This record gives sequence, C-alpha cells and structure tokens, in this order.
Amino acid sequence: MRFTHFFILLYVLIFLNCKQDKLQLSKIKGTQIQITDSLAIDSNIEAFIKPFRDNIQKDLDSIIAYSLSTYSKNDGNFNTAVGNFMADAVYSEANPIFKSRTGKEIDLVLLNHGGIRSPLNKGGVSKRTAFQLMPFENSIVVVALKTNQIDSLIHYLIRAKRAHPISKLNLSIDKNFNIIEAKIKGKTIKQNKTYYVATSDYLYNGGDNMYFFKPNDSIYRLNYKIRNAIIDKFNKLDTIKPNIDDRFIQIK
Amino acid sequence: MKRRHFIQKASAGTALATIGSLGLQSFTNLPKDTKITILHTNDVHSHIDTFGPDHGRNANKGGIARRASLVESIKKENPNTLLLDAGDIFQGTPYFNYYGGELEFKLMSKLKYDAATIGNHDFDNSIDGLYAQLPHAKFQFITANYDFSNTIMDTHTKPYKIFKKDGIKIGVFGLGIKLDGLVAPNMFKETKYLNPVEISQDMSRILKTEKGCDLIICLSHLGYYYKNNPNKISDLTLAKATKDIDLIIGGHTHTFLPKPTVVKNIENKNMLVNQVGCYGINLGRIDFYFDSNKGKSANGTSIIV
Repeated sequence: MRFTHFFILLYVLIFLNCKQDKLQLSKIKGTQIQITDSLAIDSNIEAFIKPFRDNIQKDLDSIIAYSLSTYSKNDGNFNTAVGNFMADAVYSEANPIFKSRTGKEIDLVLLNHGGIRSPLNKGGVSKRTAFQLMPFENSIVVVALKTNQIDSLIHYLIRAKRAHPISKLNLSIDKNFNIIEAKIKGKTIKQNKTYYVATSDYLYNGGDNMYFFKPNDSIYRLNYKIRNAIIDKFNKLDTIKPNIDDRFIQIK
Repeated sequence: MKRRHFIQKASAGTALATIGSLGLQSFTNLPKDTKITILHTNDVHSHIDTFGPDHGRNANKGGIARRASLVESIKKENPNTLLLDAGDIFQGTPYFNYYGGELEFKLMSKLKYDAATIGNHDFDNSIDGLYAQLPHAKFQFITANYDFSNTIMDTHTKPYKIFKKDGIKIGVFGLGIKLDGLVAPNMFKETKYLNPVEISQDMSRILKTEKGCDLIICLSHLGYYYKNNPNKISDLTLAKATKDIDLIIGGHTHTFLPKPTVVKNIENKNMLVNQVGCYGINLGRIDFYFDSNKGKSANGTSIIV
C-alpha cells in the first residue's frame, strides 16, 4: 500500500509539472477570403433558399398597374413626373392615417430628389418597381413646423435648384430665383401658424442637409414605409400617368 | 487480492515508463500543438443570394451557398473552428421584408454559426420583430452592453460565451452600438446601452482572470473608426483602451480592410481588429497557433497579416 501512495504522489508531481507547461499562443495569422464564383455552391443550402426566392419573385413581379410612359427624375427642371407621383402618393396614402391618429391633416409633403433611385418605366408595374424606385427602408414622419421653418424649407428648395419631390406646396420663382408666389394647399402661407410636413425619417434626421426640421413642436412617426405607400398607391391605380406640372416653376 | 496485486504492478510499470521518458523528452502527456480558426462575417444585411453579373462593383460576389462550401472546407481542414457574426444580419433585400429575418437565421443555423452579436438594423422590425425570429436561430446571441432586462429579449442573450476547442478556452463577448439616434426609440424600447469600454474591462477580467480563457474575442458592432469623430467609441479606440483582448471582430461601418489591423492595446501589446466589409462578400479568417515551446513564447506572439 505504501508503494501505491508513492505512485499517486508521482502522478501528482508529473501532473503539476505539465500544468506549468501550458500551450502558448505563438502565432496569429489573419486573412480576408473573398466569396467569388470560383467557390462551389452548396446544393443543400441552395435548395433550401429556392422556395423562399421563388415566392418572393412571384409576388414582386406580379403586375399590379401599368405605367403609360417612362418617367425619369431627370425629366423636368423644378418638378418631375415621377417625383410628383411619389410625393402625391405619400400625401394620399399617409394623410388618412395621420388624420385618424391625430385629427390633423398633412399640409405638405417633401421628399428628396436623390431618393428616387430609378425611373418609372413604361409598361407593367409591380412591387419590384416600388423596390427599385425606393430601395431604402425609410418611413414617413410628420413634423410640426412653424412658419419661419416653412420659410427655411422654401429657401432650401430654391437654393437647391433641384426637383425635390413636393406635394400640396406651390412655388413660383423669377429668373433671379426670387419668390413670386408660395402657397400651401392653394392658400397663402400665414404667419405664426403650425404646418404639418410629411417627409422621410432620413430627411428629418438631416439627410440632404435638410436642417430646418429641427427643432420642432412635435414629430409623428407613422411607422409607414415610403415604399409601402407607393405600393399601396400602385394597387389603387390601373394606369399611372403622372405629369410635370406647375407646383414648382421658374417664370423667366 | 490477486487482482489488486496485478493492478499495482501494472501501474508501477506505467509510472516507471513515465519516469524513464523524463530525461529524453520532457513529458509524455504534454498537450499537443493546436490551431484555433475563427471565421467571421458582419453586416450581411440579408444578402442571401450572390450579386448578379450586372452589378457594378460586386458582380458575382457573395452568396450564402458559396460561403457554406467555403466554411465547410475550412472546418474539414481544421475542426477547431468557430464561425461568428458581428451583427446587422437583417435588412437590405426583400428576403427580410418578406420573411422578417426567418431565412437569415435558418441559414446561419444551417451553416452552424456559433454566435452573433446584435447590430442596430437587427431592431428594424423592432425588438419584438427580433424576438419573434429567435426560434429560428440555433446559435447564441452575445451582447454585454445592451441591458435587455426590461424588454422581451431578457434572458435570450448572454454577455459572453466560452467555447472549448481542443483544450483551448475561447471567451467571446459582444458589444453593440449606441442606439439613440440610429434606431427609433419605439423600436428598441427599454434596451439600455452601457459604456463599451467599462463593459470590455469587466469582460476581459472575467474571461481572463476568473474563467482562465486562453483566447478572448470581442464581437463588436461599434464600427471600425470614425475619422471625422475620432473620440467616438470604435473598434480602434476600444482596442487601445483595453487589455487581454486578442481579436476584435467588427461591423457597422461596412469597412473593407485589405487585411486585419494590428493595434497596440493599453499594455502596448499587439492585438488584431478585423472587419470584412458587408453583404457577405468576404469571410474573415484568423488562425491562432498554440504550441508548448517555451522558448518561442518568451519572444511573444508573432502576428502575420
């Protein structure tokens, strides 16, 4: 038995010794591996994805309306047919939601020209068209702005000299870019009034340097994506035929 | 009694054999050299399919079915591999709009991801939308600086997880970005954001000192570095302010690094920060070589990038 104890002690000693000789981190090697088409496709993964992809494609590509012509954001100086369509869609689809939640009405809509990501092409219109026009996930917010902020908004539009999509705002300027007339919902802009401006959360947060939204009296988040407003509008229309109109013009 | 006698004799023989080998080669039960491979993605943003041939910059790149075969071949070469994601799994293709992240989580589970941290876009369907997809994720969500205790996500994430591969203890902890200003408050609800530097100091102490980890990895969605706002917490600033972290796997800023960045931590020791851009175009691979050669370890760890 004493002999056994000796061996146990021996084992313990060996064990302790080895513990000190733990593995050490000696080398680190780091690389980036690009996923290219030279790599094999895992057929199980591919087969798993397929029904999801097919279902999305079917839904995205179902024709829900027709576009009479091709409307590009480059056609038009201070307003464009496609921009007018988008801003008007935000008004017509979001206003009932805003009204039912707050009892108030949207006074005007402002989006950004850069946010129109593709032309609205002639022919069949599908949900995919809406994803192409508006691939971003931005949602509609309604901001309560005082008249002086509306002035800043108008001056921004004039300075920008771009066809930022607007709805319910009418603006005419002369050849020197001075305001001839500015109206909201057909009425002259009143002093010390609060206007409810629908825009995207991106612009509200200062996107495209639109800094006139803050500070403000209040903001209403509708949790309604701009893209969904466009899809809802597509669903309500048979033929889409927006026009360049007189909502923002320069009289020379 | 006879049997007992035999066992004693046998063990005596073993012990003697052990002693006999002492002088020649150090120890017979020495742990053998090993290698831990860390594979990682970030900001995949629902990019499940390969980019089409007419996509300008990323034509024919990415795609989870190709990533799957790459990961499998690496795991075949080294079974001691972890696969990690640094957040923003959600949002970017109609797969997310249609299925709310279900397919992303199911596919990551099929690829046997070990863990992921949470990015700001993972709140895009609100914290409830994230919670609703958890049953599809067979991997652990790790975040140490989001306090979810007053939310539906409570108990569904861990601050850290320790993985054991070939005797090596790998501690992985997660960090998320400040949500205020990035995500609407009604989306993240009562999620509390905690200071990433303080939390990292806690985590590295727990993992190194208390848990005795051999490797510490931070899975971060803080962003690589903010050139125009250098004081904002980022992976590079975090690396310089902490110790005992071997690797920060980053995300958020969609930074395509030509190679992992070697950074000196607060103790002036080299460590790595890596990020692989976005959309599943790249897979990051970091190999950690462990050996028992005392002489080598005295010279420190060599980093090859």
